[in-house]
Order: sequence, then structure tokens, then C-alpha cells
Amino acid sequence: MTTRIIVLAALTLFLAIHPPAWAEPYPSTYTPMTSSPVLIVNATILTGTGERIDNGSLLLSNGRIVSVSAATDSIDAGDAEVIDAQGRWLTPGLIDVHSHLGVYASPDIDAHSDGNEATAPSTAEVWAEHSVWPHDPGFNRALAGGVTALQILPGSANLIGGRGVTLKNVRSNSYQGMKFPAAPHGLKMACGENPKRVYGERKQAPSTRMGNVAGYRAQWVEAQKYIQDWETYENRKNGKRNDRNDRNGESKVPKRDLRLETLAGVLKGEILVHMHCYRADEMMTILDMAKEFGYRVSAFHHGVEAYKIAAELAETGVCGALWADWWGFKAEAYDGIQENIAIVDRPEGGCAIVHSDSDEGIQRLNQEAAKAMSRGQRAGMDIPPERAIRWITANPAKSMGILDQTGTLEPGKMADVVLWNGDPFSVYAKADQVFIDGALVFDRADASRQPVSDFELGQQLGAAK
Amino acid sequence: MILKPIISMAVAALISTSAWGETLFINDATVHTMGSQAVLHDTDILVRDGRIQSVGPGLNAPADAFVIEANGRPVTPGFFAGITGMGLVEISADDLSVDSALESDRLRPEFNVTTAYNPHSTVIPVTRIEGFTWSVLGASRSGSIIGGQGRAVSLDGNYQSFLGDTLLFIDVGGDASGQSAGSRAAQWMLLDQAMTEAGSEVRWSPETLLTVAGRTALAGYKIEGTVVFHVDRASDILQALHFAGRHQLNPVISGGTEAWMVADQLAEAGVPVLINGLSNLPANFDMLGARLDNAAILHEAGVTIAFTGEDTHEARKLRQAAGNAVANGLPYEAGLAAMTINPARIFDLGEGQGTIGGNSRADIVIWSGDPLEVTSAADQVILNGKAIEMVSRQTLLRDRYLPENPELPRAYIKP
Repeated sequence: MTTRIIVLAALTLFLAIHPPAWAEPYPSTYTPMTSSPVLIVNATILTGTGERIDNGSLLLSNGRIVSVSAATDSIDAGDAEVIDAQGRWLTPGLIDVHSHLGVYASPDIDAHSDGNEATAPSTAEVWAEHSVWPHDPGFNRALAGGVTALQILPGSANLIGGRGVTLKNVRSNSYQGMKFPAAPHGLKMACGENPKRVYGERKQAPSTRMGNVAGYRAQWVEAQKYIQDWETYENRKNGKRNDRNDRNGESKVPKRDLRLETLAGVLKGEILVHMHCYRADEMMTILDMAKEFGYRVSAFHHGVEAYKIAAELAETGVCGALWADWWGFKAEAYDGIQENIAIVDRPEGGCAIVHSDSDEGIQRLNQEAAKAMSRGQRAGMDIPPERAIRWITANPAKSMGILDQTGTLEPGKMADVVLWNGDPFSVYAKADQVFIDGALVFDRADASRQPVSDFELGQQLGAAK
Repeated sequence: MILKPIISMAVAALISTSAWGETLFINDATVHTMGSQAVLHDTDILVRDGRIQSVGPGLNAPADAFVIEANGRPVTPGFFAGITGMGLVEISADDLSVDSALESDRLRPEFNVTTAYNPHSTVIPVTRIEGFTWSVLGASRSGSIIGGQGRAVSLDGNYQSFLGDTLLFIDVGGDASGQSAGSRAAQWMLLDQAMTEAGSEVRWSPETLLTVAGRTALAGYKIEGTVVFHVDRASDILQALHFAGRHQLNPVISGGTEAWMVADQLAEAGVPVLINGLSNLPANFDMLGARLDNAAILHEAGVTIAFTGEDTHEARKLRQAAGNAVANGLPYEAGLAAMTINPARIFDLGEGQGTIGGNSRADIVIWSGDPLEVTSAADQVILNGKAIEMVSRQTLLRDRYLPENPELPRAYIKP
């Protein structure tokens, strides 16, 4: 009863914002799997806050992290199951800020191509979650690689591709059952070659980089007007005059527009911008555009040239979500270097993220981070594992607006944890156990804790034994 | 074969004279010989005139030798970069800089990518400073099921550094069915017809598949020619073996996602497999059986394996693929063999190639640590007996942008 009143109150508040944000219409129905308390002892712990604890203990209970400590003796673990992690490492659950699992699902057939609504340069009205196929076998492979949360984004064909969704890497028959509770939406935008190629080939705008920028700006202008129209309407409804010539009581309800609703959400700081952008000069243009319209870019994705503007990115607090070594597949990826992540991470306030954009890479975010770490070290930068682990935990969580809930091992946070068989920064490392909200969702040694997608069930029964 | 290897080796020798007369000495290494000597500790390597002269403990460095102190670091033969478009592709999305495929749906086995090879491609230094000294130029993704011909190449930057015999590439399976009237059954039908035409005197008609040049080219493979079949599904792999048997070809399977299912048949036929060591998803209906222990199962069954990737620019990632195969059950030395001696044998580079020993070509890598570990790197690459400059366009960009707050714009920093 009390809960319902609180919910209603919250809803009323929510609706009072101009224009109405319309209460979350496809809400999360996620409930954690059942769990019982677990105490992991004798582990090498990388907390995700930049700290390393040798011979540490971690207590998980009721889906939350209860304590992270250097010694076992001071912990009141009650009846918790004790796991001896001698020689093993503990990290926060890995987080991928850039995935197309579910929207470009395996098998990669035409019927599963649901990631790019490449029919208009701005499709801010589409939501990636409405394309997610929860039975993509890629989710389970990513889980075996320690991924506990991921953002599913639309592709990069459009200037404005649509909303992204943050999921917990749990199994369900709906994306709502995977949806990360209270995570903000992302908005996928794209610079450079892809939009200008896709639309230029159709002899329509944009066909150039300047056309790209004109295209985004026109959208923001519309969004500003949309916000204003709703404000005007609300003001009149409440008996306020908008200006001297304004007459009260003569306003029509503005028409609801799904595209502008998303863009307005960005301008009001409710939706986080994730911008596909390779070249340094283009990223600088986008930073100015964000200033022009008063919004923030949460992260530049791919940013193959981010190392050229590491200082500027750190100064504006924009993260670089990057690959360890991809390059050369197109002109804007020609200047890729293997030290990109380390250089973006270097300045005070730098925020480097290792992202995948790949159903293979997402399975090995730890290896990708290991490559980037060692290349930085070889170039003379001091990057211990406790620093590098942030690239695949805390930093992506920050860029997705979920750092207050996950991404580090700190008391009170969601118990999203990976127990590795050794140093995770190794090609030989494997996730022994993965916990999401304290529940054991993957166990390498126990087939009963290894989910299998509907698609893969019974695929090779035809073969003679 | 079509190009006699002896002739082209002679041409290569004329061009790459830089290594001649040079002596190089590696002191105190952990040498993975990949030959009968297995792993040798505290061992020295003497290289003269581009060849490995001796390998053993306590050798004396000649006075004129360029000496490298290995300090116990691992040393291996140069790694194989897989089947790539190295020197055929600069920027994948830029058609004008891509020469690895013939955009025609006619069967043109006479198409030979080696004539497009450009040793000055930036991809070559980027790849070789990571410990990869050779690759196979492939023509496997062309417009028709016969991709054309390619050949192994040393990444030493010379114009004619081709190695071994010319190879034919055939692409069969679901993803190639559009090239053959929608059915993979038609692929074998067309390939059989092409083999019948090859070397025959049948007059050209609208029904013949091959040009006159194509017949001659294909005829060159008819007895013991090496044909690389890009194929993933188990049943298609067996069809490739049958086809090779019918036409007395020497088959190599590339892709081989489901090869583990027919490991015994492959072992019995002595057919090697080049696999993508990171493939474990049902990416299409030819790859439903993808699994990370494919390499381990094939090796256990006695199949000779090597690794190949999907992308030329990412060839350096093969090291990681091999490491993952080892993490999934492939014995460690078998993982190293799959990067060195196995591909050298598969592509017939010659006696001793892919090993450190017995007068083999001195293509050697000194590693910072475990060569299959992602946190290791190649510290020094030796090609044709010469320590190469460990520089690529990428290291120059790195060195331009590493300094913080430079006085002048970075365009003035020329590392």
C-alpha cells in the first residue's frame, strides 16, 4: 500500500516535467535469481576503485556486497557459504558499454538484422530494446567471459540511431526481464563515414561530414522548440503568461512526437549520449555542438583517434570507449594505435573504457584490457592491474549512469562479481564463477549453472553417434 | 606448378641482398626450436648470410657479429600471419586500395593476386613488428567459388619475396551459395565440370565455364596441386575431401569451424586445417558446431593445425587466438607449432622452415615473455638474418602523441 502511494507520487512528479517524460512504458521486470550468502576468502581483489587487496575477503548477502576487506577474522559472515579463492582473483562484473547482442544476433542471418533502422538519418524514435532477441547465444558466451551488464545500442548507419538499453546479463524470455533497474536510456549517435555513406549513396543528405553536422543541429533545434512548446502549454494551463502578449487559456496540447521526446530527454540530461566517432577533429566539433545546445556527451565510441585529444576529453569529462587494436577497416580508422586506451586514460580526469562492439570481443574484455595495459606499460606508463580493471568495470558503469549501483566492489552495491581462475589480465584466464545480484549465474565447473539458449538446444542431435 | 619456386627464389635472392654477409648472434635465449631439439635453455644462435648456422649453449660470438642479449627471453621462429590480403589491402572499405578479390561471378582460376602485391603497404610493418614474418596471400573471397590463386610471402618488404608453391583457393558452403545458383550441390557440380575442362581440348562454347587461360591454370593443380578450401560445415568438409580425392588434389581446409566433428577422417586423409581459434558462436548455419576446443580436438586426433583470421589488419591477433586455443586444451608446444612449423609444412616452404635449426631461413623473434600471452610483445624481429627496425606507421603516430604539452604543434614532431 505504502509502496503504491510512493510510486504514484513519483509518477506525478515525473509527469510534471516539461514536456512529459511519460513514465517508463516498457519497465524492467527483472528479479534476481535466488541466492544465499557467500563469503569469498584469500582472493586477490581488484575493487574497481583503483585499489588492490591481496588475500582479501568479499561477503555477498541478499544480492548486495556487504563487505570488502583485507582480513577474514573481523567478518561476521553468519552462515555464509565460504569459497576459498587461494590463487584466484576477484573483480567487479565486467560491463560492456557497446554491444549489439540481441539486435544483431547469432546466427547472423537477414532475419536477425535488427540493429539499424537505416531508413532516415534521424530515427531517435526507435529503441534498441524493441529489437533485442533474448535467445541470442552471444549473451551466454559473454557471461562465460564475466560480463554482468551491457548496453545494447542501435547501429551507426544514422546520425541519430535511437535509444540504447542497459541489460543485466541474465536469462529471460523478454528484454524487460533483463532490463537493468532504473538505468537511464542511452542515445546512439554517429559521426563520419557511416551516415554520409548510407545516405549519400541514396543521393540524400547527409553525404558529407558538414552535412552530418547540419543534420544533428537541425534535430536539436527541433527538440528545443518541442521543449518550449510543452513549457508554453504547461504554463498556460497553470495560468501563467509566457510573455506580455500571451493570452491565458487558449492553448492546445502539443502533439506528442516520439523522435523529439528522445532528443528532449537528452537536452534535459535524462538520456545519455553515446556517440560513434573516430576522428579527433570530428570529436572536437561534437564537443562544441554539445555546448551549443547545452547537453553532455557521455562517451565517444570507437574513437580510434582519441589519443590525439586525450587532454580535451579529460577536461570535458567525456569518456573514450575504445578498442585495444582495431584499425584500418576504413579511412577514419587508419590512424589506430595500440596505446590509444592508455593515452586516453593518462590525464587527470581521463576516462578510458574498453568496449567490444563485437560478439567475440565481449567474451574477452579482460584480454582486450590486458593488451591495452601492456602496450601502455611498454610505452612507459605506469598502469597496474587495479587501474586497468576500471576500463571494463567502473568507467563503463559511469558512462552508462549505473556507477552508483554496480561497477565496483563496495559495500551496498549490487553483488555483481567475477571470480577468476587467476590473474584476469592473461590469455589463459577464465571466469570460474559469475555472480549477478549475489546469485551464481555461471559456474565453469558446474553444467547446471551454465545457461544454454533455446536456439542452441538440440542442434546436433541428427549426427550419428 | 605454374610459377616454378626455384626461379622465383632466385629472383628474391637477387633483390634481397641486404642480409648477405651479415653475422648476427643471439646470446642466452630460451629457444623454441620447433624441431627435434624441442626447447633449449641458456642457448645461443649464430646467424650468417640470412641463415641459421648453429644453435647451442656456449657458442662464441664472432668478432664481426651483431650481438643481441636475450637474457633468457623466449625465442621462436617467425610467426605465420594466416591467410590474408597483406600487401593487397590498405583500407578495407576503400575499393581502390583493395586488390584481393576478383569481382566477377565467372570462374577465373587464372586470377593470381600475387601480381597485385605491394610490399610498401603500411599493414606489413604493423604486422611484422608483432612477430609475424610471413603470410599466405589469399584469393578466397572473390565473386565466384574459385577465388583464384595466391602464394606465401615473406613480410621482409621485398617485391618478390614469395615462398613455396602457388595455391588455388576455393570457397564453398552456405555463404558462397549465391555464386552457384543457390545450392551448395551446384558448387561441386560446377567445380567438377571445371576440372573436366581443365587441360582439355574441348572447344569454347556458352556452356564452358573456363577461359583458355583458366583451363591452363586449373590444369596446373590437377596432380598434387595445393588447393585451399574455405569451408566450415562438417558435411562440406567431407565433400571437399571427396572432391580432392577425385581430382588428385592436395587439399587444405581453411575455416573448418566444424572440422572437429570429422577429425578422424581429416587425420586419416592427412589433411591439415587452418582454423579461427576464437570462433565459438553459431555465426551462421554452417557454423552451428563452433567451439573453442576445435584446435585441441583436431590436434588430439592427429590433424595438423594452424590458425587464420578473418581480417588482414588484425592478423597480429592470431597470437591471441593461439593462446586461447591453449587455454582451451591445446598443448602449449602444439600452440606454438600451429604458428610456426605447421603452416610452413602445410604451405611447403621447404625443409627446416618454421624451425630454428639446420640452415633454415633466419626469421626469428625474441619475445618479451610467453609468445602466446596477450601481455607479451615481440621485442626484436629478425628477418632474413637481419634485425629489423621495430617501427611502423603506428609506432610513429604513438611517438608523436606520447609527449604531453609539446612546445610546437605535433606536426613538427617527426619520430
